[in-house]
Amino acid sequence: MNVVVFVKQIPDPAAPQALDPQTHTLVREGKLIMDDSDAYGVEMGLQLAEAAGGGEVTLVSMAPAGETSGLRTALAMGAAKAILVSDDALKGSDALSTAKVLAKAVERAQPDLVIAATESTDGYTGTTPVQVAELLGFPAVTFAKKVSVGDGRVHVERQTEAGYDEVDCLLPAVVTVTAGVVEPRYPSFKGIMAAKSKPVDQLTVADLGLEAGQVGAAGARSEVTDVTAAEERSAGEIVVDEGEGYENIVRFLEQLKLV
Amino acid sequence: MSIDKVWVLAESAEGKPTSTTLELLTQARSMGATTEAVAWGADTASVAGVLGNYGATTVYDVGDLADALPGAPVAGAIASLVASGNRPDVILVPASYDGRDIAARLSVRLDVPVITNVVNLTTDGDEVRSQHGLFGGAQVATARFTGDHPWIFVVRAKSFTAEPADGAAAQVVSAAVPELGATNGAKVLARHAEERTGPKLDEAEVVVSGGRGLGDAEHYAMIEELAKLLHGAAGASRAIVDAGWVPYSHQVGQTGKTVKPTLYIACGISGATQHLVGMKGSKNIIAINKDQDAPIFSVADLGIVGDVHKVVPKLIEALKARS
Repeated sequence: MNVVVFVKQIPDPAAPQALDPQTHTLVREGKLIMDDSDAYGVEMGLQLAEAAGGGEVTLVSMAPAGETSGLRTALAMGAAKAILVSDDALKGSDALSTAKVLAKAVERAQPDLVIAATESTDGYTGTTPVQVAELLGFPAVTFAKKVSVGDGRVHVERQTEAGYDEVDCLLPAVVTVTAGVVEPRYPSFKGIMAAKSKPVDQLTVADLGLEAGQVGAAGARSEVTDVTAAEERSAGEIVVDEGEGYENIVRFLEQLKLV
Repeated sequence: MSIDKVWVLAESAEGKPTSTTLELLTQARSMGATTEAVAWGADTASVAGVLGNYGATTVYDVGDLADALPGAPVAGAIASLVASGNRPDVILVPASYDGRDIAARLSVRLDVPVITNVVNLTTDGDEVRSQHGLFGGAQVATARFTGDHPWIFVVRAKSFTAEPADGAAAQVVSAAVPELGATNGAKVLARHAEERTGPKLDEAEVVVSGGRGLGDAEHYAMIEELAKLLHGAAGASRAIVDAGWVPYSHQVGQTGKTVKPTLYIACGISGATQHLVGMKGSKNIIAINKDQDAPIFSVADLGIVGDVHKVVPKLIEALKARS
């Protein structure tokens, strides 16, 4: 059971975020970290490989300047190796271009299953994994809250508007997982040490057989034209509760004629 | 490249078009173009009346998908229509679980990008611009396509107000699903609907939501009790649905439901971007949270800095005493 897990390396969401005033893209300076949403996919991949009694987890990531800090975190959790696509030509890639790059990287790994988060924390476009599935001719099951594998198929409980569906899917497939799917392990000291020497195969756009004009800002066919401050809600009343705070709520409900 | 034809992906639930579908039809009509819909399901003919009433002149019927997930077959059917020369200029897609899957596959099939998380659209001649909330809605980005039609916009629920056009029932035209191969390899074995009492979360006038600040799963009962007293629905933050305290169908936020009730009460919710995008359009917002620096207070009309375990039970008691 060989699993590819997509890992996005992003600026720390806890740090203040900003857009480049010229390009309107997210400023990605300084150290990047593994998107927290991807830790669930890494854990799921490791558990499925373990349950299958063999196979390994390969990480696939696209990041600027050979960035590997986030990948090392996932390698420390137990992934065997990583493919990193890093190329100046990728700057400004839209979701479709990103999917084309990731699909080419997946082809190199030939996995039984591809796992991704339902969406990234920084961009939350949420279409890339299924775009990869379509490019590879794979089925896809999104919003998985439970995943198991057996008899060459993946069985998923998929979140829906009304509840959930039980879905059975042929392999190879793409599955996107929610944060409820598993509890990610913390890397052990041994894992962190081992991660330093695990192989990271760094590739360029040309290595993948893609042309620079197809990806990055050159290949993007949409743009952000401007960014403005949103109309602010007028500041509300803030009350520190000293036992009677609920009375303010009751008065508010009365004004709205809800009681 | 003028905007002459707009397609809306028409999703149905329980035999009726979803509210987002009707919102998108209303928006499509206002773009001054021919409005058509693409629908799937066992009985498209029965929804053609409502779709027509909201402005669709034609409904392309992908047919009964039986146990298949909609992503591959619906995207395939649309791509076949486009390949046959029936090319829309804009495709509006509801930002639902299935809508995102269809848009993603369609993007690859037509080799055009998608713009997602749209909360507003403006049309000026041949130009269509989309708006998006950033950083929890503190900033608004405007985007546009620079390439060929069709332009695929994935639009969040409640971005527009649905208004009927008194149109006649739409003409139903069959749209064939091409050979899909392995892409259609996912089958639904069983569907589970979680039980619900009271109004639907995304239609309720009052929504009371709980978050991590409740401490543990059993304290969610007071959220449900308060919601019931106010004839509202009980919601939740992503943190507590992921933790398994309450079912996913209760989730309000980016990956859950978008709500715009008359009153939203956030109990023990810090107000991460993920949550704010799903509820900041509420007409009135009350927040109860221990941390006075919690981002939820920046959108609250009334903020109570205090312990939900103290404030909410007293509120419930006071409301019970009045009824």
